[in-house]
Formats: sequence, structure tokens, C-alpha cells
Amino acid sequence: MEILTQIFSLETLSSTLRMATPLAIAAIGGLYSERSGIINIALEGLMLAGAFIAVVVSYFTGIPWLGLLGALVFGGLFAMIHAVVSIKYHADQVVSGVAINMLAAGGTVFMLNIIFNTSGTSESVNALPYWGPFKPTVYIGLLVVFIAHYVLFKTPFGLRVRSVGEHPHAADSVGIDVEKIRYICVGISGILAGLAGAHLSLGVLDSFREGMTAGRGFIALAAMIFGKWTPFGALGASLLFGFSQAVQIRLQGLGIPTEFVQMIPYIFTIIALAGVIGKSTPPTAIGEPFEKGKR
Amino acid sequence: MLKFNRKTVVLVAILLVGLLVAGCGGGNNQDQQGTQEDQKESLKVGIVLSSGGKGDKSFNDSAIRGLERAKEDFDIEYKYIEPKQVSAAEKGLRFLAQNGYDLVIGVGFMQQDAVDKVSKEFPDTKFALIDSVVERDNVVSLTFKEHQGSFLAGALSALLTTHDEVKGINEEKVVGFLGGMNMPLIHKFELGYTSGVDYINEQEGINVKVKVAYAGTSPDAFNNPAKGKEIALSQYNAGADIIYHASGGTGGGLFKAAAKQGKYAIGVDSDQDWVQPGFVLTSMLKRVDNAVYQTVKAVKNDNFESGVQEFGLKENGVGLTPLTGVGPTVKTAKELGDITAEDVQTIKEMKNRIPEEVKQKVKDIKEKIIAGEIKVPNYLEQQGE
Repeated sequence: MEILTQIFSLETLSSTLRMATPLAIAAIGGLYSERSGIINIALEGLMLAGAFIAVVVSYFTGIPWLGLLGALVFGGLFAMIHAVVSIKYHADQVVSGVAINMLAAGGTVFMLNIIFNTSGTSESVNALPYWGPFKPTVYIGLLVVFIAHYVLFKTPFGLRVRSVGEHPHAADSVGIDVEKIRYICVGISGILAGLAGAHLSLGVLDSFREGMTAGRGFIALAAMIFGKWTPFGALGASLLFGFSQAVQIRLQGLGIPTEFVQMIPYIFTIIALAGVIGKSTPPTAIGEPFEKGKR
Repeated sequence: MLKFNRKTVVLVAILLVGLLVAGCGGGNNQDQQGTQEDQKESLKVGIVLSSGGKGDKSFNDSAIRGLERAKEDFDIEYKYIEPKQVSAAEKGLRFLAQNGYDLVIGVGFMQQDAVDKVSKEFPDTKFALIDSVVERDNVVSLTFKEHQGSFLAGALSALLTTHDEVKGINEEKVVGFLGGMNMPLIHKFELGYTSGVDYINEQEGINVKVKVAYAGTSPDAFNNPAKGKEIALSQYNAGADIIYHASGGTGGGLFKAAAKQGKYAIGVDSDQDWVQPGFVLTSMLKRVDNAVYQTVKAVKNDNFESGVQEFGLKENGVGLTPLTGVGPTVKTAKELGDITAEDVQTIKEMKNRIPEEVKQKVKDIKEKIIAGEIKVPNYLEQQGE
């Protein structure tokens, strides 16, 4: 009984929301990119870079909101490397994503050495203020999900994004600039990943720690897949993952094997991929470089 | 599929740059100054740091501090390498051995295999391994009795949590432990801590409970402050008022949570009292600096001995930071401008809140452990290692 009240307390639920936020934001980022046909496993690296830039900007200006803005801008620019390599040079998108992740992991530590003269934890900087019970990034994250749903399914732009991801040649034949749409979408995914990173470094904490995303970018990808490439699906999956983490934290030391609890989200993802809970189908043209005129 | 066209070349180039940046990122404190003749005199010490690298405000920094002290006292020169993965540690060790370093130090239990392998290849080079054991004639293994220091932290927590008149201490008799990666070495801290709490429970006839949680099951768990904060918040909300951590960089989240909730944390490995002034009650010191310093000294004086050297409370290898006033690290932090004079004052005021009676009891327990009257269980020995 005590266990149950602990699991379903208000405290657990707010912890769930806090932990789901970076996952949901990054998952929506991945969603834009993948809906336009570009695989984006670079989320982890983009998040890490965003987390770092947010702290650096806040450190030099003293204004956390500028740090947040810096993370968005830099995330978008950094993602352009992935965009150019994948869209212009038609390279393998998975390999490019891995390269971005490694670049971010090494690059942040390298810059940490230069700016803060350390390779572990940066100095504490001004963090975002509380808005009620949560940091602003939590509310922004929820907003991002609703906006993504509206943009992708209710606007002409969203229709174009989806058509480019499903059948780029058909989209091209009706005059849609496939490459432009894909650049925009990868850019958005970088911006959102940067936001997710800033949530960690300036929302939850007030400093940057080497490798502090700790695999959240990949869990976000899993959330996106589990959510069947839809914004609300991704939000639901992120909340589930956040909840299982919150529960896992609270069940430790009560004689329940917590490793098992930790496995649950991934088991769900595999089940989702295997098509047991309804089919999870990726956009048809995902991962395929678009070459005009070629069929 | 893969042709050597433009896109492949661009991609490979990016990959290579990525690898390069990820692979290096070390530092040289003496930028190849001086000629061969200059270097003949001074002892060359190389160190391969563990994950977290320089600036972890913990383990690695402590090791570097030991070398800095040795540099001042014995005219040595040192170079440190920060491997990005455990697999790169071996290369780092080999690089140092090949380049004529007299003493090569590997930091962290994860380098056990690497030190084992490289020390075999270079029998004339002396090696030191921190936190684990390799038995070879040219290797000294430096280990710590973390369980003893953790026992003191546990005793202090259990004693203090009953004093609910102290600011930040609640009525509930609950304390917490935050571990990094779930593995035997960290269980050693946990068992020491819980044994300390149990000892006080028995002595004082009270019933203080310990909440225990780990951040994960992979090395990531030492670099996840966001999760550390969530775990700490959950323990504080469950009634804990003091949380001890053995979680590397993840502990940064604990300190933030303590500040948010107005509760207390206990730092680990090096003096973390200043990291969040007024909320870090004390730190369980692991004097890696002393161990490193003494090893360098031994090599310098030509009395290097292989085998296992264990540093406990008795050898001043582990212990708590002062419960009254502040330690040297806090003063250094103030000199470096990391904290202000007011912060130092805040830390002192916080320490003054600890009742004298508690301080005295902790001191007595320390004496008893040194005298062997209290036996602190060692998780690793219980496991038959």
C-alpha cells in the first residue's frame, strides 16, 4: 500500500513531467526531421551542444533567457552540418548523425577546457527562474507538442513536410522544393534539441557537466518511434518513460529489482516496433537521399 | 554502395575531425619546455585520469593536487592524459611508458586491466594504480578504506537527523544515500554509510532509516546530474534531511536539490563543502593526493615498493572535512574567486549549527575505528574479493 501511494503521489507525477520534458522536446525535434525524410540520430549530440551553449551564453551575459536563445540558435546551426551532409551530399544519414554525436561529445569538453579551464563541470551560472512549480522550459515543452501537432497536420507547410517524407518525387512533381523543406525541418529539429539541452543545463541545473545528456537523445528517439511519429504519441511515450524513471527511483531499496523497472520503457519500444500495439510505420522515404529526376 | 565520391570524402572528413576532438583533449602542464639535458634531472610522472577528467572537483582533481604538491617539493614534471573512454586509457598508459616517464599512474578501478597489460610490457617503468589491485613487481596498488570514512558520514547523519531543532532538520528520522553506477565499489560506500547509521541506532536506541538509490547501471550514471537531482528530491520528499552521495558528477544535482529544499548533502572524494555553500554539511575525503604524493616521494627517494597500500582513517587516507571551520580547499576556492568571503562565512555558520555533542561523538567513533574497537564491514571483502 505504501508503495502504491508513493507511486501515485503528486510528487511522483511532477517528477515525471520534469523528466519527460527533455525527452518530449527532443522527440518532437526528431519528428520534424524524420517526417521530412531525414533520419536524425544526432539528437543526443545536438542536445549536448545546446546544453553547453546555454551555459556559456548565460555565463558571459548573466541572462539565462539569452542562454536559452543561444541554445536554440546554435542547435539549429549545428544541425545544418547534418542537413548539408545528408541533403546536399546525399551521405548516409545514420553515419552523419553518429559523427555529430561524437563531435558534440568531444567538442563540448574541448571548449569547456578553453572557457572554464576544466573538463568536468562548468561554473554555476544564472539559471532560469521558477514559474510556479516548474521551470519555464516545462511549459514551453508542452506548447511545442501542441504546436507541432497543429503545424504538421493542420497547415499547408505540414502537408508539404509529410509529402516530402512519404514521396519526395511526387512532391517535387507538384512544385514543392523538397530540399528546402528538408533543410527547414532538420533546422527545427536542431532548435528543439537545443531547447531540450538548455532545459537540462539551465532549467534543471545551473551548470554544464561533461556528457550530461546521458543518452536522453536516444531515449527521445525511442519515444518518437513508440509514439508512431506523431506529436501526441511522442508526448505520451515521453511521459511513460519519465514515469517509469520516477517510479524506478522511488522503488529502489524496497526489494523490487529496479533494473527490471528500468527495462520497461525499452521493452515497450521493442514491442511497439514489432507491431504488437498497432503498427509503427516510419515515413516511407526516410533515409533516402532525394535526387531530382531520379526514380 | 560506398563510392569514393564527394559525399563520402566529406563524411569521412567530418568523422575524422570528430574522432580527433573526441580522442584527445588532454593537457600538458609543461609545454615541452627545455631540452633533453634539462629534463635529465627531474623525475617524470605521467598520469592517466579517470572519467570526469580534470576539473571534476573530486577524484581526479585530488590526484592532480597531489602531483602539484610533489612538483613543489621534489622538482618533478608531470603530464596528464584524459581518456575519453576506458579503452583509450591503455593507449595513454602505453604512450607515457614509451616516452620515458619514470612513474605512470592510472586513476580508477576501470584501468585495472590496462595497467595490468601495460605494466607487463614495460617492466622497467614503475606504475601506480589507484582504487584497484594489480600484482606485479613494478606496480603499487593504492586503495582506500572508503567504508571507514563512509561509516563516519553515516554516524554523523544519524546523530544529526534526531536534532530537529537544527535548521533544515525535520522530525522524520530518515537519511539518504545516492550512488552513481550500481556496482561493488559504490556498495562499499553504501554499506559503510548504512553501518554507521546502524551503529548509532544501536548505541542511542533510535531507529533512523536510510533511503538508498542509484543513478544507473552504466558509467553514464556518474555524469547525470539531472537524474541525481530528481533522486535527491524524491529522497528529501520522503523525509530525508541529509543525503550522502558517492556518484561523481551526478552529485552536482544533489547539491542543487539540497539548496532548493533547504536540506543537507554530504560530499565525497574531495572537499565539496564549498560547491553549494551552506548546504554541504561535510565531505568524505579520499586523500588521493596523499597517496599520489607519497608514491612520487617513494620513487624520488628510490624506495618504491610494489604491493598493496591501503589508506584508511589511521593513515589519514580517508576522513571527513572539519565539522568546525573550513578546510584548505574551501580557502583555496575563495582565493581563486570561486566563492566569496560571505560564502565562507555561510559555510562556517552552517557547521556551527552541528551540536557539540554530535561532533564529540563522531570524534570518539573515529578514535574507536582507528583503535580497532569498531569493525567497519567492507563490502568488497564480504564478497570474497
